[in-house]
Amino acid sequence: MPLATTEPRPQLKPALGAGGPGSGAPGRGGDGRGPEDAGGHGRRVPRRAYYTGILVGLAPILMLFAALASSYIVRQGITHEKDWIDLPLPGLIWVNTLLLVSSSVALELARRSLKRQALPGFTAWWKIGTLLGLGFVAGQIGIWWQLREQGVYFSDNPSHSFFYLLTIAHALHVLGGMVALLYVWRGSANMKLVDGRCLRVDLSSVYWHFMDFIWLFLLGLFLIGR
Amino acid sequence: MSVAHEVDEEHEVHVHQEPTQFIWKYVFSTDHKVIGKQYYMLAVVAVVIGLTLSLMFRWHLATYDPQHMFLSPDTYLQVLTMHGTILVFMVLTTAPLGGFGNYFLPIQIGAVDMAFPRLNMLSFWLTLLSFITLLAAFFVPGGAPVSGWTGYPPLSAINSTTEGMGWGQTLWVGSIAIFCLASLVGAINFIVTTLDLRARGMTLLRMPLPCWAWFVTAVLALLSFAVLFAGGLLLILDRHLGTSFYIPAGVIFGAKELNHKGGSPLLYQHLFWFFGHPEVYIAILPGMGIVSHILATFSRKPIFGYKAMVYAIIAIGGIGFFVWGHHMFQSGMSPYVAVAFSLLTMTIGVPSAIKTFNWLGTLWMGNITCNSAMLFALGFVSLFVSGGISGIFLGQNAVDIYFHDTYFVVAHFHLIMGVAAMFSIAAGTYFWFPKMYGRFMNESLGKVHFWLTFVGVYSVFIPMHLMGLWGHPRRYSGMENAFLSNPFIPAMHNMVTAAAFVAVLAQLIFICNFFYSMFKGPVAPENPWNCTSLEWITTSPPKFDNFGGVEPVVNHDPYEYSVPGASKDYIMQTDPPEAAPAHAVGHD
Repeated sequence: MPLATTEPRPQLKPALGAGGPGSGAPGRGGDGRGPEDAGGHGRRVPRRAYYTGILVGLAPILMLFAALASSYIVRQGITHEKDWIDLPLPGLIWVNTLLLVSSSVALELARRSLKRQALPGFTAWWKIGTLLGLGFVAGQIGIWWQLREQGVYFSDNPSHSFFYLLTIAHALHVLGGMVALLYVWRGSANMKLVDGRCLRVDLSSVYWHFMDFIWLFLLGLFLIGR
Repeated sequence: MSVAHEVDEEHEVHVHQEPTQFIWKYVFSTDHKVIGKQYYMLAVVAVVIGLTLSLMFRWHLATYDPQHMFLSPDTYLQVLTMHGTILVFMVLTTAPLGGFGNYFLPIQIGAVDMAFPRLNMLSFWLTLLSFITLLAAFFVPGGAPVSGWTGYPPLSAINSTTEGMGWGQTLWVGSIAIFCLASLVGAINFIVTTLDLRARGMTLLRMPLPCWAWFVTAVLALLSFAVLFAGGLLLILDRHLGTSFYIPAGVIFGAKELNHKGGSPLLYQHLFWFFGHPEVYIAILPGMGIVSHILATFSRKPIFGYKAMVYAIIAIGGIGFFVWGHHMFQSGMSPYVAVAFSLLTMTIGVPSAIKTFNWLGTLWMGNITCNSAMLFALGFVSLFVSGGISGIFLGQNAVDIYFHDTYFVVAHFHLIMGVAAMFSIAAGTYFWFPKMYGRFMNESLGKVHFWLTFVGVYSVFIPMHLMGLWGHPRRYSGMENAFLSNPFIPAMHNMVTAAAFVAVLAQLIFICNFFYSMFKGPVAPENPWNCTSLEWITTSPPKFDNFGGVEPVVNHDPYEYSVPGASKDYIMQTDPPEAAPAHAVGHD
């Protein structure tokens, strides 16, 4: 695949206010602006806004899972009714964990290939990462299927409700990330590169790694206090 | 002063064309100014509905007669629930942040738009969808829910308890969930815009105080709405999928025991109030920012202790996350936990007092102009103090045990959260109307509006404190026993209702003034108030790209009024550095 898709760093308009009255007191506001991407109207939005945006956007996801996890811990701690039945964790959960973590590793390898401008390497690793991610989703469906076969249903015990709720909520977030991974896959032949970095590649992998983090957090939650 | 001349030397910014078709320009617009106005108008519609509902239950209470009730007990609770929900979510959360924040944050920091305009549009349309969903609860079988704006389970978690707890409650939860998503999307935009889109020279500590307030408010929204969403999610699952997150074992309804076990209704309270207390600051912090801005402008003085104001906003927002338990003193929590929550609640008094002191310090020896905007800003300070004082009482767990669920609490939170925030919205409207619509609002009508509202709301809520002290419970549609035991209570209800009608009807003056002035008001210049911040260097109303294709460069702090030795009594943030004599710079 030709590397001609790599674009040079877009030429910025001359730094605004340079040499003008502002140069005497430059603020952080004007510093460190990268190349500009198109916003909603094609108005200028600094590139780093997207990086800030994804990090800020992960905060509510973290809060959602933190709230659900706290509810889980609180409910687990209510012992006087003795009605909490620990869910038998299916063995598949370890396979899935491995799939998800290795998909993240593959995406990271893809990102590094991109940095070295090795586009074929990028494409290969990205596809591997995406497929591993799909494997995780399929594995999660497998877990729900197994549990159902064992007669573990959504509403029959608080621990079961929480397990289904947390894993389904996580899987929905993973599917959202999957859309982004597939989008990058589809557009991998036509990427805008700036300093060996591509915005959508960076953003979707940050999100994906965060899904790993949430998953490991949930796994720990299911394991402790049993 | 004219911006055109000042910025000619600066370099042009490439800006794409403004949409020309009506639907893209005014309906599905990605322009932050249009979205700000859309939010504001949504809040106006919501406030009319919400206040009408309040008049309905005030009328019920004033004319209370067990034989001929104006509202049935169920209807009373439905009206009460919707009044609270509409005003808290669709007015107090939308107008100060979504309305003014959207319109003025980008302009005040010198940006051409929000960071993510399409997300911004999504945020508004989700809010509208949420509002429509909420209103739809009136029109489904059974009508609106009766569980109050807090929607506590087990009442809210069981479908079939009473009128409105079926579809009405489901729509209510759905509406809140959509609102959470809208607020989260909006909050991301506010935070990124503030961090990454500031104009050259606009350091964080040069931002006008409203920008700080919107920023901290957005952080609160970002962290708290996700928790409310989680709470709502569990509620919906309990209602419709048979789970038992909130419904304990042994709930007997009708003649049969419900098939739930193991849930904890308290869990909902924790999740709800972890959102609910920051929500109070989501409503009031933007007001604090707006009021600080207006007080400095019309006192012709720098804001007293700018940095202290910034740190106080951050402190209020930060501590606000650790006090939710003070809404739950009655829940049977350990007294040790209650004391911890109580102490943390008292701590919020410190930054609040710093703010109040600094507002008074700003006014002190100022050259004060008492126009409508300033009157409402002063009214805000007054309400913040009188509403805040009773918060000190309620924050003590021992005292709250007595006051909980009485009119004392109703009086407290209406003064500080409801009415104070409303005053800041009114102040912001009179102040920014010339910028938003290029015309002035009528000053005389503004002053009539202020005095009727100011006297009206105090006449509504001061007596309620007294009724609360007498033990008058809130949320009761009829209370024959209370009427019999205290002959003053019916008289009080009459007085409160009369005052409520005055205060609410006075808003009609405001609304008429607003829409009349939009078309017929005197034309406003660029900077009618001789204010220093960036929105006043551009045209009224601002062009599509805010600054006419040039990016402003900021050289000054936001509140350089009456700088000794300067040629005029205010220095625009974009004035050249030499506009302020060297010895005077940094005098704040």
